Amino acid sequence: MFPLRIAGLRFAPAGRPLLDGVDLELSGEGISVILGPNGAGKTLLLRLLAGLLPAHGGSVDWGGAPEPAGRLAMVFQQPMLLRLSVFANVEFALWPQAIRPAGRKARTLAVLERVGLAHRARDSARLLSGGERQRLALARAWAMAPRLLLLDEPTASLDPTATEAVETIIREIRTEGAKVLMTTHNLGQATRLADDIIFLADGRVQEHETAHRFFARPHSPAARAYLQGELPWRIAFDR
Amino acid sequence: MLVLPRARSPGAASRVPMTETLLEAFSLLGGFDHRLLQIVGLSLRVSLTALAIGALIGLPLGAWLAVADFRGRGAMIVALNALMGLPSVVVGVLVYLLLSRSGPLGSYGLLFSPPAMVVAQTVLVVPLIAAVTRQIVEDAWKEYAPEFSVIGIGRPQAVRLLLADCRFSLSVATLAGLGRAMSEVGAVMIVGGNIDGYTRVMTTAIALETSKGDLALSIALGIVLLTLIFALNAAAHSLRGWAARRGG
Repeated sequence: MFPLRIAGLRFAPAGRPLLDGVDLELSGEGISVILGPNGAGKTLLLRLLAGLLPAHGGSVDWGGAPEPAGRLAMVFQQPMLLRLSVFANVEFALWPQAIRPAGRKARTLAVLERVGLAHRARDSARLLSGGERQRLALARAWAMAPRLLLLDEPTASLDPTATEAVETIIREIRTEGAKVLMTTHNLGQATRLADDIIFLADGRVQEHETAHRFFARPHSPAARAYLQGELPWRIAFDR
Repeated sequence: MLVLPRARSPGAASRVPMTETLLEAFSLLGGFDHRLLQIVGLSLRVSLTALAIGALIGLPLGAWLAVADFRGRGAMIVALNALMGLPSVVVGVLVYLLLSRSGPLGSYGLLFSPPAMVVAQTVLVVPLIAAVTRQIVEDAWKEYAPEFSVIGIGRPQAVRLLLADCRFSLSVATLAGLGRAMSEVGAVMIVGGNIDGYTRVMTTAIALETSKGDLALSIALGIVLLTLIFALNAAAHSLRGWAARRGG
């Protein structure tokens, strides 16, 4: 599955390029954080990797294979929760795997315990708070034992306490051997979590650096402006 | 004291004061008239059986149509929606042809029996339940499809999950099916024959007794029918409220 090599990836619905020649190589370890302004194509890149959208050009090589050989999980910005119990919302993710019902139950309860939701296993998932919902979505992804975990702004609109809980879970999933590729607008979160940063702007990868180097010395003007909190319209205006 | 309905000549109703007729109707209800209870009991048995079979067919059919992707799906949805308004007398004629002695299922001898009425009502409720299910499940499918795709949930599993997810909305759709079955008259009249004590249900009894001039029994049955329909709608409303409070 790794190294994951993306070459010239293009997504241009109705001829309008939203991703225009993305080149990227990712190792199978650590947490890679995708940064970039709104409309840069961060979520789009995750959706293309998850196979939710068809690319209009370029290639994705999964460690020598055209398809991901290991399991891939994705947590969306707005977690999708069925109108079922907390337990059922995790357990169904194991249906496609050849696991006996008893094994599914044990695995589900184990991940719910680890995200701190075991005591709410029988409650309706729709009654959870925003932070609990996101933890449940992470538990579902975790239960799948993914090799690659895609996270689309997993803490958007969460308070600091809930954000910290989610970040702790992300670190634990990484420690268990999953590669994490996530988007965020929270620079503090990127600093805390990222091993490397992918900076996207105008549908292209502008920089791919270790987190330390990126935050210390961003070399592209777009990344420098982004880190200084410049607004996109202002950058365009200054040009 | 039990007041049994009397047979009257057509037009006799117009000569009986309305208050007397109403009092007689309430007397039938209050006295738990045997004939009335038999008709109500058969109506409920036939309609609930048709509903159960209709739900077993209509719910998965509608859910499958919501998630399926095949040529002709659009035409099938249009057909299903059109069949919701299927005239019951047409269904009656079709089921009659199917079950008549020379028909393909004639050897079972079902015509003019409660099972024939169940078949006719099932034919009527399946399109209604399937069409409403398709709409409800399709809306949920649009929301969940990306997640299911990434997890690797197949379409049969998606149907199962979506039916569970939409269970409260679907129960309302199913109750609507029961309303359709219970208020139907044309099809059961044709395939049941409206035989007294055997295939006479509320709607066919109302039609017959009104034509005979026995308005008291018609009104009593009408009150029972209306009460049941109101009770069903109240139950559906309560169920929705309860589900909303429980996060459904």
